[in-house]
Amino acid sequence: MTSAISIRRRQGTVPYVARRTFIHVGLIGAAFAMVYPLLWMTSTAFRPSEQALIEDSLWVPSPTLENFVGGWSAVGQHGFGVFFANSLIISILVIIGNLLSCSLAAYAFARLPFKGRKIWFALMIGTIMLPIHVLLIPQYLLFNSLGWVDTFLPLVVPKFLATEAFFVFLLVQFFRLIPHELTEAGRIDGCGHPRIFAQLILPLSVPALTTAAAFSFIWSWNDFLSPLIYLTSQDNYTVPIALSLFVDSTGTSNYGGLFAMSLLSLLPVIGFFLAFQKLLLDGISTTGIK
Amino acid sequence: MIDTDRSSTGGTASGTGRTAGSSGGSSRRPARKPWTEAQRSTAAGYAFLTPWLVGFFGITLMPMLASLVLSFTNFSGSFRNVEWIGLENYRLMFTVDPAFWQSVRVTFAYVLISVPIMLVFALAIATLLNKGIAMLGLYRTIFYIPSLLGTSVAVAVLWRFVWGETGLLNGVLSVVGIAGRSWIGHPDTALFTIMVLNVWTFGAPMIIFLAGLRQVPADLYEAAALDGAGRWQRFLRITLPSISPVILFNGILSVIGGFQAFTQVYVVSGGDGGPAGSTLFYTLLLYQRAFGELRFGYASAMAWVLLLVIGAATAAVFASGRFWVFYGDEK
Repeated sequence: MTSAISIRRRQGTVPYVARRTFIHVGLIGAAFAMVYPLLWMTSTAFRPSEQALIEDSLWVPSPTLENFVGGWSAVGQHGFGVFFANSLIISILVIIGNLLSCSLAAYAFARLPFKGRKIWFALMIGTIMLPIHVLLIPQYLLFNSLGWVDTFLPLVVPKFLATEAFFVFLLVQFFRLIPHELTEAGRIDGCGHPRIFAQLILPLSVPALTTAAAFSFIWSWNDFLSPLIYLTSQDNYTVPIALSLFVDSTGTSNYGGLFAMSLLSLLPVIGFFLAFQKLLLDGISTTGIK
Repeated sequence: MIDTDRSSTGGTASGTGRTAGSSGGSSRRPARKPWTEAQRSTAAGYAFLTPWLVGFFGITLMPMLASLVLSFTNFSGSFRNVEWIGLENYRLMFTVDPAFWQSVRVTFAYVLISVPIMLVFALAIATLLNKGIAMLGLYRTIFYIPSLLGTSVAVAVLWRFVWGETGLLNGVLSVVGIAGRSWIGHPDTALFTIMVLNVWTFGAPMIIFLAGLRQVPADLYEAAALDGAGRWQRFLRITLPSISPVILFNGILSVIGGFQAFTQVYVVSGGDGGPAGSTLFYTLLLYQRAFGELRFGYASAMAWVLLLVIGAATAAVFASGRFWVFYGDEK
């Protein structure tokens, strides 16, 4: 905001500082209301189970880890250790798949003039808006006929085929901004496209690739519908599926454990976000990824 | 992968032992005309596009067409006794199945009410944050975090306890002397709690609004301020028209997302759209019909209706944009 306006503001009827303070108070109040449920979940996770849900304050007089111990082994034979491991394996494979396949496609769309590029690009963009429900049943039948149900393959293999069009779009936007002089110089030096891609484009695109990786992780970690459909045996469950099972099975007993495991399941997502905050927020600003 | 133009890369990593590795080497094959730049580019383009093309045809386009075909059949998982029943699934849906219309009502109510409220919140907070406020980064982070977690099962679990009989909200209400109830257990309010969950995730559109607000030329505000335009007038006459493309964009994304809400509903409603069908979202009914009752044909028809509705809603929002969206390059 330029100085002309702020000067006018200072001359307004309400003193500038008072107005600023008012805005801050409003924002802090709103922010607190937003995160209150999350804070409450946190304190409930550390609260002795007999007071689990009867307490609304955030203060925990005598914090305990009993909920984490109890919750960890509350679902299935092996407990949350297996679920976290499953979620982690799937997420890592999804990150690798998305980065590889989406960057290859994006290089073609952004840097290679070829016949039909515009049509393919339009089709790719079109798939962003496609509701997955239209693909759900035939994909299930396909993966079922391949014998992939109750394995991680249906959750992972599509990611190696650039099906997350949002990431292709994100990378296209980024690749386009890389100066052509640079790749031209590479070509004059005799580099082919594979080498320009791997040794020039990719290293220059680390921010965009990191954004895609972080969103891949978060979406995959949170994903519920696909694991719900494809994973049938408890040993293969991901954390979200295990949590939903926990809700159904606890009835009225182990709220503390449920909250403790819920809290644990959110930590990697929050951690990823905080680590790559700026990149993620910029990614949202430029492409509309949510 | 086709090793088109690695003429003199000297790369031994991927091309070893294969003749293709030296295809561009004109010295070894003098008879072959070297590729033109355009040909190389086309070959490389399709080579790089191969994974996407396989995915596009194999797990997007073909399944999409398969789903359309299935929607005209009574397919229930076995190909042995599958029959072509024409539009019967669609007829059942529109004229017989009361659950279908219930889910349509629930879903439309959810989208039409929660999306506009979410966007108003997003724009309001973005506007406040855009005033060169201190600690912008911290506010942005706090307001955005719910968006990040909104589709997680953990938050849906949390919601059950926030809005439950003995939950957080009633605890807070009892302090001010209001008798609570189970908001999630009551048909009149259960859907409302899921709408609040959606509004709670306004941080993502807020970030996009913030980016849009930054693009509004400051001299417009200065000129208006000199002309004596008040704060509110400046917002209505300058801010809103300037960011109208962003509003359109956010609107479309949120509507598309709203129609597909699933995880929150599944967990909050206990998987059955209860109480009394008040949270029977379209996607939930589709899931039940497909994977609960194995009525794949019927569910495919439902999926195609959803696709058409989302397409129509998107087109309608776009079309309405003619009257209220202003792009910088037009008068």
